[in-house]
Amino acid sequence: MTDASANTATGLYATDAHIRKRNAAEKRFRLYGLAAVCVGILALIVLMTSILGNGVSAFRQTYVTLNIELLEAKLDKNGNRNIDDIKKVSTFGYAPLIQAGVEAAMAENGIEIEGLTGKQAGGIISKEAAAQLRNFVIANPDAIGTTVEFDVLANAQIDGYFKGRVDRADAELLKTVSPVQLDLSDALLEAGVLRTKFNTAFITAPDASDNRPEAAGLGVAILGSFYMMIVVLVLALPIGVAASIYLEEFAPKNRWTDLIEVNISNLAAVPSIVFGILGLAIFINFAGLPQSAPIVGGLVLTLMTLPTIIIATRAALKAVPPSIRDAALGVGASKMQAVFHHVLPLAAPGILTGTIIGLAQALGETAPLLLIGMVAFVREYPAGPPEGFFDPASALPVQVYNWTQRADAALVERASGAIIVLLVFLLIMNVAAIILRRRFERRW
Amino acid sequence: MPILWLLLIVLALGAIGYMLGVRRAVASAGGDARKLHSLPSYYGSNVVLATVVPALMLMAAWLLLQPVVIEAQISPLITAEAEASDRSPDLVLADVRRLADGLNDLHDQNVLDDAEIARLNAGRDDVRGMLGQVGIALGADVAQPVLDGARDYRNLWARYSLAMTIVVLGAAVLGFIAAIRNTHVEFRARNVVERAIKALLILASTIAILTTVGIVMSMLLETRNFFGQYNWTDFFFGTTWAPSFSGRGGASELGILPLLWGTLYISFIALIVAVPIGLFAAIYLSEYAGPKMRAWAKPAIEVLAGIPTIVYGLFALITVGPMLRDYFAQPLGLGDSSASVMTAGLVMGIMLIPFVSSLSDDIINAVPQSMRDGSLGLGATKSETIKQVVVPAALPGIVGAVLLAASRAIGETMIVVLGAGAAAKISGNPFEAMTTVTVKIVSQLTGDTDFASPETLVAFALGLTLFVLTLGLNILALYVVRKYREQYE
Repeated sequence: MTDASANTATGLYATDAHIRKRNAAEKRFRLYGLAAVCVGILALIVLMTSILGNGVSAFRQTYVTLNIELLEAKLDKNGNRNIDDIKKVSTFGYAPLIQAGVEAAMAENGIEIEGLTGKQAGGIISKEAAAQLRNFVIANPDAIGTTVEFDVLANAQIDGYFKGRVDRADAELLKTVSPVQLDLSDALLEAGVLRTKFNTAFITAPDASDNRPEAAGLGVAILGSFYMMIVVLVLALPIGVAASIYLEEFAPKNRWTDLIEVNISNLAAVPSIVFGILGLAIFINFAGLPQSAPIVGGLVLTLMTLPTIIIATRAALKAVPPSIRDAALGVGASKMQAVFHHVLPLAAPGILTGTIIGLAQALGETAPLLLIGMVAFVREYPAGPPEGFFDPASALPVQVYNWTQRADAALVERASGAIIVLLVFLLIMNVAAIILRRRFERRW
Repeated sequence: MPILWLLLIVLALGAIGYMLGVRRAVASAGGDARKLHSLPSYYGSNVVLATVVPALMLMAAWLLLQPVVIEAQISPLITAEAEASDRSPDLVLADVRRLADGLNDLHDQNVLDDAEIARLNAGRDDVRGMLGQVGIALGADVAQPVLDGARDYRNLWARYSLAMTIVVLGAAVLGFIAAIRNTHVEFRARNVVERAIKALLILASTIAILTTVGIVMSMLLETRNFFGQYNWTDFFFGTTWAPSFSGRGGASELGILPLLWGTLYISFIALIVAVPIGLFAAIYLSEYAGPKMRAWAKPAIEVLAGIPTIVYGLFALITVGPMLRDYFAQPLGLGDSSASVMTAGLVMGIMLIPFVSSLSDDIINAVPQSMRDGSLGLGATKSETIKQVVVPAALPGIVGAVLLAASRAIGETMIVVLGAGAAAKISGNPFEAMTTVTVKIVSQLTGDTDFASPETLVAFALGLTLFVLTLGLNILALYVVRKYREQYE
C-alpha cells in the first residue's frame, strides 16, 4: 500500500490521513503485543534474579576452625571415662570450652580487641557447636584431655556480616551481635581462622531451632519430599494408566463414562487446598493415619496428580494410530492383547513424560501439605522405608513456607536457597521429560 | 503378624500359583501347549488374579474399617471418661490411641510382657515414666479409665488383626485352590483373565468419582456440624471475621463476606494484570512473531506456569511487597504494609499470564486461516483482521479461558498466604492488607485444631464455599465454550 511512488500519486495509491491512521493503529497494536511478550519474559527474569540473588548466599556458610582442649575436669570429673557420666554433661557444659578455644585462637594470632569480653568472644560461635562437640566426645570418649581441631559454624549474625546482611550500624542496635564481635571476626578472617566455604550441611542437615538459624538445613525436607514422590509414583502411575486405558480404549459411550470424564476434568481444576481438606478429613481424621507423614502427603498428592497423568496418558494413547490396533486385531490378537502388547508400549514415552510433569507439579505443591500437618518442626530424619513413610517429615516447599514464617533474615535467605534447590529438582525433571519426548516420541 | 509379611505371603502364593497353573494347564493338554484354549501364561495369570486380588481387596477394606469398629466398641468407655474429665471425646480417644501405641512399644522393646501390661494400674505404676524411657512423652499422668481403654484398644486390635490374617490368608488359599482346580485344557483362561483385568481398569477409572465424592462428603459432613453450632445466615451475611481463640462459646464472629471481598478483589487485580498481557502475548506470538521468536518466547513464558506457587509467594513476600510499600504505598500515603491486595494481585497476575496466553493461543490457532485471508483480501490491515475477525471468532474460547483463570485465582493459596496478609476487612484501598478464603482455611486448620469447635469447623464451610465457587466457574466456562463455539470445517 505504501509504495515508493505513492507520495506523488493520487487516488488509490495516496496515503491519505485515514490510511496513515490505520497504519499507525497497526503499528501500535503490534507494539502492544510485543510489549506483552516482553513483560512476560521480564517478569520471569525479575523473579529468577530475585530468588537467585537472595538465595545463592545460603549455599555458603562461615566456619571457624578452632583447636579446642577437651578438659577432663569439665567433661569427665571422675576421670573413669564412664559414658553415662559423660552424657550427663549437657551442651551448656561445653560452652566454656568453645570460649576458651576462641580465646586461644586470638592469642595464637596476636589478636587483641578493646572492650571484648570473653563471653562475646565465645558468642561469635554458633550454639550448634556445643552439640557438635558433645556428639564428638560421646562418640570418642578417649579424646577427653586432648586438644582437637574442630570446624564449627559461626553465629548467624557473623555469617550475615560477611554476606552483607548485617552491617556495623545494625550491630550497634542488635542485642545478638556487637561491633567488637565484628572486629574480632574481621581479625580472625585475616588470620585465616575464619572462612566462608560451601555449605553441604544446608542440603543434608535437618531443620534447626530459632536461635541457631545458621545450622538449619534441608535434609529432612528433601527426604520427606522424596518419600512422597515415591508414593505418588507407585500409586498415581498405575492407577492413572489403568483409568486412561479404560476410558480411551474400552469405555462405551454412555452416561457413566461421561460422568467419569466430567469428573476428571473438574478435578484438574479444583483448588489444591481442597485436596488438603480431603486429606485431613479422610486420611487423618477418618482412617487415623499419622499427621505430617509422607504417606498422607503422598496420598493427597496422588489424588491431585491423577487428572494430570490421566489427561497426558489419554493424549499419548490417542496419538497411536488406529492402524496399529487394526493390524494387531487382524492377526488374531484380542482387544486386550492389542492394547497391552502394541498400543501401550508405543504410548509409553508420552505417558512417562506426562508422569514426570505430574510429579514435578506435585513436588512444588504446598497448600494441601500445610493442612495435613507437614508444617510441624521436625528434626529427626524419617526412618528407612517402609516405616519411614509413617514417620513425621517435612517437604521442600513446606520448609520454605516454614522458614518465611519465622521472621529471621538468616532464615529468609535460607528459604530462597531452598527454592533454588526445589527449582533445580524441577529443572532436572522437566529436562528429563523433554529429552524423553525428543528421543523416543514417534510421529506418525 | 505384620501387614508387610501378610502381603509378601499372599504375593508369594500368587507366584507359586502362576507356575503351578502353567504346569497344570500344559499337563492337562498332554504336554502340547497348542491344544490349550489360551496361551499357558493366561492359565498362570488366572491363578495369580484369583489368589491375590480378592485377598488384597479384603485386606484393604479390613484395614480401613478396623479402627472404626474398634472405636465403636470402646466408645461407651470413652464417653464416660469424657464426661468425667470434662474433655471432648475426640481428645480422650487420641489419648487412648497414643497410650495404646506406647504400650505396644513397651511390649516390643521387652520392657513389659503381655501379663504385666494386663496387670498395669494407673495409681500404682508409673506408666508415664516407663513410656518416657522408650521415647514417648505424655502430656499428663495416665488416668485409669484411659489406661483401661488403651488396654481394650490394644487387645481388640490384636484380636482383629489375627482375624484379618486368617481371613485374608483363607481368601488367598481358597482362590488359589479354586483357580488351580479350574485349570484344564478346555478352560477359557484368556477370556476370564481379560474380564478380570477389564474390571480392574474400570475400578481405576472410578477413583476420580470416588475422589469427588470424598471431597464433597468430607466437607458436607463437617459443614453440617458447623451449621449446627453457628447460624448459617451469620456465616453467609456476616461482615465481621473475628474468631475467638479462648475456646468454645458463641464469642466468635465468623462472617464470610470480608474474606470473599478480599478474594474477589485480589482475583480482580490479578485478572486485570493477566488477561491483557496474556491475550496480547498470545495474539503477538500466533499472528505476528516469526517461527524463530515463537520457538523461544513461547516456552519462556510457559516456564512461568511450571514454577511452584510457593516461589511466587516468596517473590511477593521479599521483593514485590517491600517494593510496592516503599515506592507506592508510603509516598502516596496509602498505608505501610508490605502485604497487600496489590502485592498478591500483581504476583498472582504474573502467575496467570502463561495460563491465559497458552489457552488463548490454542483458541486463536483454531480459527481457520481462510477467515483471516478473507479479511486481508478485502483490504483490512492485520490488526483490523485480528480485532474484527479473529478475536470475535475466538471470543467464547477466550471468555472460557478468562473464567478458568478466575477460578485459579480464587483457589490460589500460597501467594495470598505470603503476600496478602491476615487481616479480614472490607476496604477499597488496594495497598491495605486483606485476607482471603484460602488464607483462613490454612490458618484455621493448622496448629491446634479442635474438631468440635466452630472455629475449626468453619474451615470446612469455607472450603465448601470455595469448591462450589470454583466448580461453578469451571462449569460456566465449559458451558460458554460449548454454547457459543462456532463450528469451522
